[in-house]
Amino acid sequence: MSDLRELYQEVIAEHNKNPRNFRWMEDANRMAIGVNPLCGDKLTVYLKVDDQDNVTDMSFEGSGCAISVSSASIMTQMLKGKKVQEAEKLFNTFHEAVTLDNRQPDLEGLGKIAALAGVKAYPSRVKCATLSWHTMHAALEGEEWASTE
Amino acid sequence: MSFPRENMSIASDRIDDPNPAYDVYRIRDDFPILAERSHGKPLVYLDNAATSQKPDKVLDALDHAYRHAYANVHRGVHTLSERATKAYEDARAKAQRFINAKDPREIVFVRGTTEAINLVAASFGRANIREGDEILITEMEHHSNIVPWQLLREQTGAKLRVVPINESGELVMEEFEKLLNERTRIVALVHVSNALGTINPVKRIVEMAHAAGAKVLIDGAQAVPHRRIDVQDLGCDFYAFSSHKLYGPSGVGALYGRYDLLERMPPYQGGGEMIRRVTFERSDYAKPPTRFEAGTPNIVGPVGLAAAIDYVEELGLDNIAAHEDDLLQYATETALDVPGLRIIGTAARKASILSFELEGVHPHDIGTIVDHEGVALRAGHHCAMPVMDHFKVSATTRASFALYNTREDVDALIASLHRVREVLG
Repeated sequence: MSDLRELYQEVIAEHNKNPRNFRWMEDANRMAIGVNPLCGDKLTVYLKVDDQDNVTDMSFEGSGCAISVSSASIMTQMLKGKKVQEAEKLFNTFHEAVTLDNRQPDLEGLGKIAALAGVKAYPSRVKCATLSWHTMHAALEGEEWASTE
Repeated sequence: MSFPRENMSIASDRIDDPNPAYDVYRIRDDFPILAERSHGKPLVYLDNAATSQKPDKVLDALDHAYRHAYANVHRGVHTLSERATKAYEDARAKAQRFINAKDPREIVFVRGTTEAINLVAASFGRANIREGDEILITEMEHHSNIVPWQLLREQTGAKLRVVPINESGELVMEEFEKLLNERTRIVALVHVSNALGTINPVKRIVEMAHAAGAKVLIDGAQAVPHRRIDVQDLGCDFYAFSSHKLYGPSGVGALYGRYDLLERMPPYQGGGEMIRRVTFERSDYAKPPTRFEAGTPNIVGPVGLAAAIDYVEELGLDNIAAHEDDLLQYATETALDVPGLRIIGTAARKASILSFELEGVHPHDIGTIVDHEGVALRAGHHCAMPVMDHFKVSATTRASFALYNTREDVDALIASLHRVREVLG
C-alpha cells in the first residue's frame, strides 16, 4: 500500500476531486487539444500570453484519470504568471523526471508537480501525467493537436 | 485451492458450489501462472476476455512439438516433416470437430480472429461486393469487425450500415430487420460482445440474413471459450475465433468457411504453399484451405490449440459455462454493493463479462489501484469505441471470468473496488 500512496498522494486525490482552473477560456490566444489514443482521454489547454511572453492566464477542460487531471490542474497553477521560457523549461524538467532512467529527478526544481514524480514507476501511466504538458507545449508552439503516441 | 483467503471458509464454498463435479480448486492447479503473486498478493486474474492463461497440457504440447515434432509442414518427405504435418493437420480436424464443421477443409488457420475477418473482407469482399452493395455490422462490434469493412467500403464503394443497440446493450432486432434488404451482401457480427458480454441471437440472425440472400460472418472470439459452438446448427457462412482466448497459444486462430464459398474465393495473400503451379504468366491456386495459407504457417500454434481444445472438452464446455455463469451472477449481485457502481451491459443473455463504471473514478485509476491488490482487470475502451460512445463514457473497467476463476476471486475484486474509494476519496 505504501508504494501506491507514492503514486496517489493526497494532493493528487485532492486536485482530482477539485481541479483548479478547470474551465473554458473565451479569450485564450493559445490553445491545443491533447489526446491519448491508448485510453481515449482528451483534454484542451488554454493560455493567454502577453507581448512580453508572460502566461497571464491558463486553464484546461476535458476528462481523464486522476493522474492526468491532477497533473493538468497543478500545471495551470504553476505556470500562471510564469514566462513562456520558464514553462517550457519546467516541462522539460518534469518530462525528464518521469521518463529518464538513471537520473535522480530534480525534485526541488519540480516544485508542486513533484507530487507526480512517482508515476515513473508505472510505465503505462507516464503518458497520463505528461498529456497536459505535451498539450501546453503544443499550444505554445502554435500546434492544434498533441498526442502521446 | 491454491490460495486460501483469510476470513473465508473453503469448506462452505465447496458446499455452495453449484456443480460439485466441477472442482475449480483442482483445475486451478493445471495453470502454473495462477500460483504467481502480484504485489505480494495472490494473483486474481480477471482479464480473460483480453487473453487467457495456459494449462500445463497446452504448455507441454508446445514444448513437445518443438522438441520432437518440429519441421516445416507440407514440404519435406523426411520423417520429421511428416510428423509435423500430421500434427498440424490433426489440429485442423480437431478444430473442425470442436465447432462441428462438416469437413476439415472448412478450417483455415490464421493468426487470429482479426486476420480471419480481414481474410473474408478482402477475399470474399473483393469477389462479391460491388458499389452500392451493403455490408451490415452492429454497434457493438470490436474494431476488428469494423475497420476491415471500412477498408472494403473504400475499395468498392459499398455502403456500411450499422444495427443499433439498446440501453441494455442488446441488438435492436426491429432495426436489424429494417436495415436488412436485397442489397445486403454480408452481415458481420459478434457472437458475444467483448465490451458488454451480450450474447447475440445469432441463429435467428443467420436465418433472417439468409432469407434476404445475405451471407453471415460471426466473430466468435469471445464465444468459443464460454459456450459449445455448432456452426452447422447456427447455419453461419463464416465463423472466426482465436486460440489465445481459449487457453491456447497466441498467434493462431481459425476461420471456418462453408466449403462451397471458400472454393469460389480468390487468395488472400500470395506466396508459397497456396499454389499448384507458377509460371511468370500465371499461377494456379491450390484448393482451400491451402489457398488461404500462404507461406510457412504458424507450425506449432495449431498443435497448442488442439491441446487447448482437448483440455476444455475434458472439462466439458457445458460445465465451464455453468461455472462461469454462476461467477458472473455472483459478481453482478455483489458489485451492486459498491457505492456508485453502474454496470454497462445488462442484456438478458450474457457470458463472462462484467463491464462497469465507478462514479467519479476513471477506469485507469481503478486498474492501477486494484493491481496493487493483485487483481488484474482491463480498463479502457476495449477496442469498441462506438460502444463507449453509445453509453457516453470514454472507457469502462472490465472483469472477465474464465474456467479457473472462483467466488474468492470475485470477493477479492469487490474488496479491491472498496479500496479504490479509500485511496481516491
